[in-house]
Amino acid sequence: MKKSVFLGALTVAGLAAGVAGAATVDDVKAAGKLNCGVTTGLVGFAAPDANGEWEGFDVGVCRAVAAAVLGDPTAVEFVPTTGKTRFTALASGEIDLLARNTTWTFSRDVDLKFTFVGVNYYDGQGFMVPKELGVSSAKELDGATVCIQTGTTTELNLADFFRVNNISYEPVPIETNAEAQQQFLAGACDVYTTDASGLAATRATFENPGDYAVLPEIISKEPLGPLVRHGDDEWGDIARWTLNALIAAEEYGVTSANVEELAAAPTDNPEINRLLGTEGELGAMLGLEADWAVKAIKAGGNYGELFEKNIGENTPIGLARGLNALYTDGGLLYVPPFR
Amino acid sequence: MTTLTDPPAESFKLSMLVYDTRYRSYTFQIIALIAVLTLLGWLTNNTVQNLHDLGKEVDFGFLNTPAGYDINQRLIEYDNQDTHLRAAFVGLLNTLLVAVLGCVTATIIGVIVGVLRLSSNWLVARLMTVYVEMFRNVPVLMWIVLAMAILIESLPSPRDFRGDTPEATMKLFDTVAFTNRGVYVPEPLFSRGIGDLSVFGAFGISLDLVAIIVVLIGSFWVAKRIGRKADATQEATGVRPRTWHVQTAVIVLPVVLLLILLGFHLGYPALKGFNFQGGTHMRNSLIALWLALSLYTAAFIAENVRAGILAISKGQTEAAAALGLRSNRIMNLVILPQALRVIIPPLISQYLNLTKNSSLAIAVGYMDITGTLMGITLNQTGRELETVLLGMLVYLVISLIISGVMNVYNERKKLVER
Amino acid sequence: MSDTHAETVLFVRETMLEQQEPPSSIVGPVGWARSNLFNGWKNSLLTVLSLAFVFYLLSGLLPWFFSPTWYSTSLTECREILAGHEGACWGVIRERWLQLLFGFYPSELYWRPILTLILLLLALGPVLYTDYFPPKLLYFSAAFPFLMPWLLWGGSIWMPLMVAAGFGIGYAVFAAMMKVANAGISLFVAAVVAVLWWIFLAAPVANGIASLVPLLPLEPVPSRNFGGFMLSVTIGVTAIGCSLPIGIVLALGRRSDLPLVKVLCVCFIEFIRGVPLITLLFVASVLLNIFLPPGTNFDIILRVMIMVTLFASAYMAEVIRGGLAALPSGQYEAADALGLDYWKAQRLIIMPQALKISIPGIVSTFIGVFKDTTLVSIIGLIDPLGLANAIRADTAWNGVYWELFIFIGAVFFIFCFSMSRYSMYLERKLQTGHH
Repeated sequence: MKKSVFLGALTVAGLAAGVAGAATVDDVKAAGKLNCGVTTGLVGFAAPDANGEWEGFDVGVCRAVAAAVLGDPTAVEFVPTTGKTRFTALASGEIDLLARNTTWTFSRDVDLKFTFVGVNYYDGQGFMVPKELGVSSAKELDGATVCIQTGTTTELNLADFFRVNNISYEPVPIETNAEAQQQFLAGACDVYTTDASGLAATRATFENPGDYAVLPEIISKEPLGPLVRHGDDEWGDIARWTLNALIAAEEYGVTSANVEELAAAPTDNPEINRLLGTEGELGAMLGLEADWAVKAIKAGGNYGELFEKNIGENTPIGLARGLNALYTDGGLLYVPPFR
Repeated sequence: MTTLTDPPAESFKLSMLVYDTRYRSYTFQIIALIAVLTLLGWLTNNTVQNLHDLGKEVDFGFLNTPAGYDINQRLIEYDNQDTHLRAAFVGLLNTLLVAVLGCVTATIIGVIVGVLRLSSNWLVARLMTVYVEMFRNVPVLMWIVLAMAILIESLPSPRDFRGDTPEATMKLFDTVAFTNRGVYVPEPLFSRGIGDLSVFGAFGISLDLVAIIVVLIGSFWVAKRIGRKADATQEATGVRPRTWHVQTAVIVLPVVLLLILLGFHLGYPALKGFNFQGGTHMRNSLIALWLALSLYTAAFIAENVRAGILAISKGQTEAAAALGLRSNRIMNLVILPQALRVIIPPLISQYLNLTKNSSLAIAVGYMDITGTLMGITLNQTGRELETVLLGMLVYLVISLIISGVMNVYNERKKLVER
Repeated sequence: MSDTHAETVLFVRETMLEQQEPPSSIVGPVGWARSNLFNGWKNSLLTVLSLAFVFYLLSGLLPWFFSPTWYSTSLTECREILAGHEGACWGVIRERWLQLLFGFYPSELYWRPILTLILLLLALGPVLYTDYFPPKLLYFSAAFPFLMPWLLWGGSIWMPLMVAAGFGIGYAVFAAMMKVANAGISLFVAAVVAVLWWIFLAAPVANGIASLVPLLPLEPVPSRNFGGFMLSVTIGVTAIGCSLPIGIVLALGRRSDLPLVKVLCVCFIEFIRGVPLITLLFVASVLLNIFLPPGTNFDIILRVMIMVTLFASAYMAEVIRGGLAALPSGQYEAADALGLDYWKAQRLIIMPQALKISIPGIVSTFIGVFKDTTLVSIIGLIDPLGLANAIRADTAWNGVYWELFIFIGAVFFIFCFSMSRYSMYLERKLQTGHH
């Protein structure tokens, strides 16, 4: 902390060099907190409450990683980032992990030099229209005015979709979801397009959600996941396997309620034992303590619990699991074995 | 003979660099130069090192790759397959558009409000004070966002124009539609147009417009010649021939003739499909930005105007009144021309501020250069250094041009004192 | 003659008439209205139009404004309370106003920013209201810049003390050098020594002493937790405070006889004034890390403060240059005639007067910078506008719009309006001084 005080920081600027080259996990442990990049505010995924505590689905991932590495889910410094600043913040080392509904794309992975550690939400770009327009397919939208958030991949997908289908549209670029919502409700645009999860979340907060429909077309694949810098594989492994541990925990029925009990003594299921550190040396291989996964799961529950608490069907957002169900339930969540 | 001898030639000593005023200034300047160069070198070195570590070399090649995104407001042809460079150019034109519109409107509103603040009507003067204080003391970003929100919430959506008993109708004999997507006004069309002139193959300039402007300039020049001739006649004979009808005819007739030749007609907006089609579409983002910037800057200009008027001594007003001028003519003929000299220098900096504040356009989704080059292009290509530096350079050039032009004007308006 | 007069005049008034009340149309509210609102048909028309406008505005706004939603806890609840009527949803302000003011600053530590603000006002007192405050308080004003970071960021008091010590060391070096060299060189050497102290020694020494003698350690608060109006005020005050000395140097440089120094200062000032603040903030958020040595990383708020300081110092330089230009040249000549050298003349004659003339300009620069701090929301900092966005991302308040803006706008207005009133007061005061 003292380092960021006033001139002290300039001192550090003058002296400290080559810090980013060191292992991220050591930095995080030394600082005693994880710097985690989140959005400046997206319903259900990350938003501060009245006490300034961040909550949401992406926030849950940050807390799980912090719990796994530092043993304390609250040892997270949340850094709000915009679409523009997020990658620079990660590349410059300002944040150690970016969990900001960021789409995993080739160029971001290869050209911008980041490592996506997995997918925590399978999304796709959809369209929402007022029912009174009588539109049932996105291909009927010729000449429509479309509200779209700038600085995202949705902008490019939209241009591609309309070009390929040879229909015209008028884009209305918007900075934040809140403004898009306002314009859409007032009829300043006919269509609102963003990730389907965002559409559902936005629609849920309308005064009359029944007047609006989400069109069946999903025009893009948007695998959203946490990412880290290229080149630090140890740190990437920690983030990746923490996310995997949350998903595996759901698969094996380990919840925040029973994890203590299951971790107290080896169970009949060797997978659970290895996951929870009662058997094998998985924690040590990651450079963490044996009960790293226990702490991660205790932080906010397993993947299913996080989902249900923040964006699931019992929340105002009311998203169905869909693609984000376990492979055993017809979804895409399939984690490699813990062994 | 002479007792005066030259002082002994002092040999140069190192200490003279510090103690001798002849050399000291050089010492200081060289130290300053070295310090600045070192700083610049250090920054450049760091940048090169950092970019190398990130694996990103400085490369402006991205400007020639397809942009991939669409821009709704554009003054030149553009689609999503055009290059980033062209997208940046579209943004630049949008910046200039809103800056010019804003400066003109802000000046008009500012002068009116500045004069009205000194009105003898108590209520009007107070209302203007409230306006000025409200706008000056709340951030311009908030006004931009609020203007947009007000337009969106208060105007009808195109949907409301539909049906047998629509909630909203077009105004001004069904020619103009005010919607919360913008204002649709009739557009000039030419059925026998002479096409576009392609400049460098990059964008077209309407030859019709050029022809009209050329004809207009020509007519004005002829009209002025007629006026001069009348002046000469007046000087010579004391009788001024009536010329206004000839002058009007000279100005109006050629243009009308040209318009008829070109097949001029208006294209009216009409509701088709989701939107109004036809006509010129002034988008809400442009109107909101224009309105907010003009009103905000006008509040500052009003204060400058008021200060300028108050700076003119009361004797001028009284002298003008003694000459029998009416109060509005006193203002127009005596006070404002003198006040202008006081007003222009702060006015220049207000114009600069307005232009720079137009960079907040992204708050309402108006695609200016900040929105295109330093916004979406930066995001899609990840070229922070190149885009931001290029954008800063553009703004710098615009600012320097504005202040240069206005300084020349200021120089010409300056009081010639003897 | 007099006789005829006496015969022709039938009546001569011998007592004065009672003074009569002026007609009611000239005095009182009616008279006031006639002379101020309805003199002439044009003014009457204007008055009627203005009245209609005000009435239209208020009749639309007031019913919306007074709505019984203060205790609601979500937008849905507001809608239930209002039952279809149009109305504001004030519950969001009740729940979040502290957050809008202090951001994520720990609530049990709110006393620290509040105390800082009070001390700030106290420190500004002797500078701004010279008539009402004892000049001794100026020592406190000088100490405040070191007190502020300690109170806001916490940590031990040694760090700010060591930073302050840098000035002491600088002064000691300056005094020592004055015996052997002139003021310019002494100042230069003193500055170099002080900067070296700050860069290399201040932090280790402060940490060393703090570990031995932890004097008044306050709980550290990372700047990430700064938000809302507190962030705006902190950025604004820091920028203005730091930009003042830089601005003075730049202004002197711009008026300097040394061509190179002049060119450098003009380039810097015109560059900063020629680009929008938002581009400088982009530099702070995405480029500054690239410009600094590899691995350097300090937090975004500090980076923003540096850029806003640079921005403000260019404007400050112009304000001070105006103050310098406004000084009658007799002052310069008188200083020369007294045989004062450049630095002495600046310190004793020029600067005290030039700064005094510049205070209104400095205040309006401050208002501008304070308003411009809202731009940091565009690069993702949680200033009031950024916070408004974050609050709307809470499921309970998703869809709330005007209420937050009105609250934020009102607070900005109160801050800026009172400052602009102050600068007007000062202008009046300075004006009487001249005549």
